[in-house]
Amino acid sequence: MLDVVIIGAGPAGLSAAIACRESNLDVLVIDEFPKPGGRLLGQLHQEPTGEWWNGIKETEALLNKANALNTKIKCGVSCHHIEKTDDGYIIHTNTALIKTKKLLIATGAAETAAPIPGWTLPGVMSIGAAQVMTNVHRVQVGKRGIVVGVNVLSAAIARELQIAGIDLHSMALPVKNTVTKDHAHPGKVMDGLVRIAHLAPSAFLRFGSKFAQSAKVREMAVKLYPSGGVKMWGMPIHIRKAITKINGTNQVESVTMSNVTPEGDIIPGTEEIIKVDFVCIAGGLYPLSELASVAGCPFRHIEELGGHVPVHNERMETPLEGLYVAGNITGIESAKVARAQGIVAGYTIAGDVAKAESAMQDVKAIREAASIQFHPQIKAGRAKIHRAFQEYV
Amino acid sequence: MTTNRILNHPVLGPVENKTPVTFTFDGQTFEGFEGDTIASALLANGIRQLRVHEETGAPRAIYCNIGHCFECRVTVNKHETVRACMTTIQPDMVVESGKMEPAPFNTSPEEWPRTYAEFESKKEGDSNA
Repeated sequence: MLDVVIIGAGPAGLSAAIACRESNLDVLVIDEFPKPGGRLLGQLHQEPTGEWWNGIKETEALLNKANALNTKIKCGVSCHHIEKTDDGYIIHTNTALIKTKKLLIATGAAETAAPIPGWTLPGVMSIGAAQVMTNVHRVQVGKRGIVVGVNVLSAAIARELQIAGIDLHSMALPVKNTVTKDHAHPGKVMDGLVRIAHLAPSAFLRFGSKFAQSAKVREMAVKLYPSGGVKMWGMPIHIRKAITKINGTNQVESVTMSNVTPEGDIIPGTEEIIKVDFVCIAGGLYPLSELASVAGCPFRHIEELGGHVPVHNERMETPLEGLYVAGNITGIESAKVARAQGIVAGYTIAGDVAKAESAMQDVKAIREAASIQFHPQIKAGRAKIHRAFQEYV
Repeated sequence: MTTNRILNHPVLGPVENKTPVTFTFDGQTFEGFEGDTIASALLANGIRQLRVHEETGAPRAIYCNIGHCFECRVTVNKHETVRACMTTIQPDMVVESGKMEPAPFNTSPEEWPRTYAEFESKKEGDSNA
């Protein structure tokens, strides 16, 4: 029986493994992707300081530390079930049953689907799919595309595609339907846009960001939004235009775009056909938490954290004895926060209270310093889930 | 062969010293790089479509590219339902696209049960008949 199994070799899982190995615990990290690093691998953006955040380099740094401590990492291993036993957990994988005393689930996040007609055509993919193809596999997903869904994640990845030399027509909203809801509402999208405005070299957006606190100003901005869009890195961002259809026979050939009201309703007669050969759909991220659920962990739905999250405390413990969580499964935040949470989890698992406490302070400091916040009320969300944990003590 | 490669990248640098790996997809030979997934190797060769919808025959390709959606399922060395986005290419790997299947449950969606209770009552009705 192992001391610890860690599911997920992303920033949270790897940093937790390192912290556990420092205390000589017998650790195994598993991940179903062929390479360790998780979604950190695809990340590439310029920090406000001008420095590049290169996910491949960040992953290498974590792997070097892990390897120096002889950490066992197995990739290509998929976990599909977890059984709780009297003395630990049995992990069901595609290769073997693995027994462990303690289990850390660090499975990260997945993308919320934003279905629009034609979205099953080859050439339509989630924005994260395009990120992995571009930066990890180094393959172009197409020659000229459009991004459907305007949010923090899609803006960052759109920039990554541009850097790799891929032409993007624009970013626009998905058509309003029962699934896309807020993603198709210009006012709500504008609220999100002003939070990333400081990243944009655009006078209009900087102007907008100054009044980020004022709902009135945002309302005006939505009403008067220029029909040519607002350019970010030379690419128009449309929040008063929606993609109503993706067209093609065997693959993507074009999209149909229409103007929408400030509420996201289609304005008839404004349709135009835009020739593109790929479409990236961006519906935002949600915690990938199924495995915590099958293990029997209680959950709460917390909007600020991105959806249903396993109940846990600041030490990354869940109400289940020996079950821990870290990274985006606990709420959508940056890879830096995930990495810091992993360290907390690792020290907690190893029983090193002093180091865990200090690592918890680091998580808070990194959260404070974050240049991109996926949800403005992240701290309130964190407080809610930590309060929920108290109900199980 | 590798027409869709991003060989040079202003920040990540050039792709170099890659070991080529050959495999087949629906009988045709393709070359990818060691470490490529089936999906990335095929896309590098301009192949997007990985299967057709089992019932309708509509073309399908990757959607999430991180193993979650199963849209990219293919047959690899006779094993069915293998995710092209999560499986690395190996020398002489035989990959086949997903095909249309016979549709024995030839009913219209209106007849499908909408709730578990409906499913149960329908099943009882069937056994009574």
